[in-house]
Amino acid sequence: MNLFSEAAQFLTDPANWSGATGIPQRLLEHVGYSVLTMGIALAIAVPLGLWVGHTRRGGGMIVGLAGALRSLPTLGLLTLFTLLMGLGLMPPILALVLLAIPPILSGTYSGVAAVSPALVDAARSMGMTEGQVLTRVEIPVALPVILGGIRNAALQVLATVTIVAYINLGGLGRYLIDGLAVRDYARMLASVVLVAVLALAADAVLALVQRLVTSPGLRLAGDRP
Amino acid sequence: MNWLSNNWSTVLDLAGAHLIQSIVPVVVGLLISVPLARLATSRRWLRPVFVTGSSLLYTIPSLTLFVVLPLILGTGITSVVNVIVALTLYVIAILVRSCVDAFESLDRDVLQAATALGYKPVRRLFGVELPLAVPVMIAGLRVATVSNISMVSVGAVIGIQSLGTLFTDGLRRSIVSEIVVGIVATVLIAIVLDQLLRLLGHVLTRWQRTGTTTARERRRAGAARHASASGRDDRTGGGDPEGRDSVAGAPGGAGAVAAVEARGDRA
Amino acid sequence: MTDLAIRYRGVSKVYPDGTAAVDNLDLDVPAGSLTVFVGPSGCGKTTSLRMLNRMVEPSSGTVEVNGQDVASIPAAKLRRSMGYVMQQSGLLPHKTVEDNIATVPRLNGVSKRESRANARQLLGSVGLDESVATRYPAQLSGGQQQRVGVARALASDPPILLMDEPFSAVDPVVRQDLQSELLDLQKRLHRTIIFVTHDIDEAILLGNRVAVFARGGRLAQYATPEELLRAPADDFVADFIGRDRGFRSLSFDNASVALQPVTVLAVDTGERFLVGPGSEDPAPWQAAGASSSDWVLAVDERRHPLGWLPVTASGEPAAREELRVGGTLWHDGGSLRTALDAALSSPSGQAVAVHRDGSVAGVVPGEDVMRAIEEQRSARYDRSERS
Repeated sequence: MNLFSEAAQFLTDPANWSGATGIPQRLLEHVGYSVLTMGIALAIAVPLGLWVGHTRRGGGMIVGLAGALRSLPTLGLLTLFTLLMGLGLMPPILALVLLAIPPILSGTYSGVAAVSPALVDAARSMGMTEGQVLTRVEIPVALPVILGGIRNAALQVLATVTIVAYINLGGLGRYLIDGLAVRDYARMLASVVLVAVLALAADAVLALVQRLVTSPGLRLAGDRP
Repeated sequence: MNWLSNNWSTVLDLAGAHLIQSIVPVVVGLLISVPLARLATSRRWLRPVFVTGSSLLYTIPSLTLFVVLPLILGTGITSVVNVIVALTLYVIAILVRSCVDAFESLDRDVLQAATALGYKPVRRLFGVELPLAVPVMIAGLRVATVSNISMVSVGAVIGIQSLGTLFTDGLRRSIVSEIVVGIVATVLIAIVLDQLLRLLGHVLTRWQRTGTTTARERRRAGAARHASASGRDDRTGGGDPEGRDSVAGAPGGAGAVAAVEARGDRA
Repeated sequence: MTDLAIRYRGVSKVYPDGTAAVDNLDLDVPAGSLTVFVGPSGCGKTTSLRMLNRMVEPSSGTVEVNGQDVASIPAAKLRRSMGYVMQQSGLLPHKTVEDNIATVPRLNGVSKRESRANARQLLGSVGLDESVATRYPAQLSGGQQQRVGVARALASDPPILLMDEPFSAVDPVVRQDLQSELLDLQKRLHRTIIFVTHDIDEAILLGNRVAVFARGGRLAQYATPEELLRAPADDFVADFIGRDRGFRSLSFDNASVALQPVTVLAVDTGERFLVGPGSEDPAPWQAAGASSSDWVLAVDERRHPLGWLPVTASGEPAAREELRVGGTLWHDGGSLRTALDAALSSPSGQAVAVHRDGSVAGVVPGEDVMRAIEEQRSARYDRSERS
């Protein structure tokens, strides 16, 4: 238990809360990589998922693609891209984007595809154009599932950004890798605790967002099977 | 691929270690989850405890557990035991919920009929409830297994031996083929184990395929129920409504399968 | 003849796999009428309906609405010009009731405030309280959801209303309410309504005209409900209309029968008196000593009928335990069908007639009902002979 108090000391030491290697800086880097990754992944996966979900064509392709991407080990991609493209920001971001795409893609696709055909039919019958069907009916109704996928992706990215420190980038994983190099176990512990707290906090925030943007009507519909 | 022919025994060793670290947690996790889930089905107050607990557990990054567990278990930081225990916890987090879903999706009438026929509780569990819950459980198992296989390699970052070691070693020594071999081997293991589980589910659920519903109808039902299930689920995720294939077909269980798969994305 | 609202000319729908959903349909629907498309499943009735708003495009032939070929009108514009009610209400689950009703006006660019105010007004006309305006569909019963569906279809004040099995998913009691409210609504609004159902009774109850579709998308008969019951065009229609055709056709004749007074027993006071024409104030029972009936009608304190009591040999009504719960009731001025039914289901053989408030108005002996039926029949027979 001694290590825990050492880790606590590390976390409460004012020296670790300032400067280029301080916790705020590392936290910022960690969140920055994650936001960048999520931005790219969202830009790719959401439109694709919406399109396939709306047209209800190519669902099998999406499932296959997501499954294939899911079985790729992120650490392997990270090291491979680094070797092929050299050190820098893009190789790890690319690997993380591939990690984030499957949950967003299948969440978006399955959310939209699961909107009741009768509801879509009703929307068209009322004179909605295809675009209006998508933006006024399918997306709002699928929103909880879409956001669930995004939330899941964000969690994975936040957790996995830890290992970009392995290829000399920043982020909270820096303390883990540096601590490992000098057998400073307390610093490693501090690192993973910070990541866990960040993940829990982010998940809580995203859960709140999910709740806020989900129409109460959908929650009620969910409670009544 | 010269590298592979010179190092195939190393690769085999690492693959073996990788397999152990992915399979043992699945087996142990299953043995723990089923009784826990059965308990939560009969003692309703346990359900929210388990559901919240597994959500929280699931939010904790695997590296965090790999580093924290040695302190609790007294193991060395590079011990495979850490990975096995950590992944067992994740398996339980996935399986308890999917088994609860599975038990809850059972047809009450069938259970009452079994009791009326004279099944005692234990025999009813093994003779009726478990076989009927198989499709949903298999779906949970497949998700847990595939995500385990990719999580195991992360342990290599802190020095735990697995196929992930090929990534860290390959990076250090700048050998692209070593990394590629590692990726291919990991994916292969994932595919083979997933297919084995699918086959197992297929064998264990022969009774299902006499129904008159088509696979398409079941999938659609699954997708619809999935959406409604996800709406109230505090840990929704990207599930595939296609329900992969034949396992997604228990009467009343298709939605549960989809819901299980929806929770499955995690590295 | 009134203006035509809808005209099908040689319309067919053949799917790529060769199945014919609609076969060479010619049909004219007058404006302001409620026309029912009825038939077994797979007969093309819904397909025919959906060709009106281009949810289905015909393989050949033309569909005209108000003299304009629908194919020449952009689909979204066409659909917004018609109200559409479907079986599973199709309400948007993420929107409140008022926003659901406001959907089409909002699509047409009406302001949120105006369309919501309009939505609240419509709630009243479909029999819903304004308090449901801010609820979500999941908080409503099936019947309430269907009412909101009707209100939504009416929101942009469309001259044409398409209703695709709108009441078939609600329970029978609620369905009856919805049906009679639709009739009331139509009396006030005079829309051109096309109503699809597989329930012939619903068709006969609601339709000004009924189009019976047969399998393969053939229009088997297009007639008023009365004609349909009296003269089915072929065996298919006769079969589809089903049993008791003659009995059911009595629905279309109002019974003009004279009420007779009846001896009633007020169970709360034990008093006996006479109720019937010419005795606005109940005459004391003694004055009606001549009433030779073997039965007295037991009533509650509001004079609502409870059932019949046999009169014993002593001339006194039997004890309350002997009460025979009565049959159906006939509202004075109702149809011959309900009068006959009331007589047949009454232990005393007399149909109990009630006022609008449910209190006893008198009785009609079964023979009188039969005589009225016979008079109607011969009157019709004479009429058709002369014409």
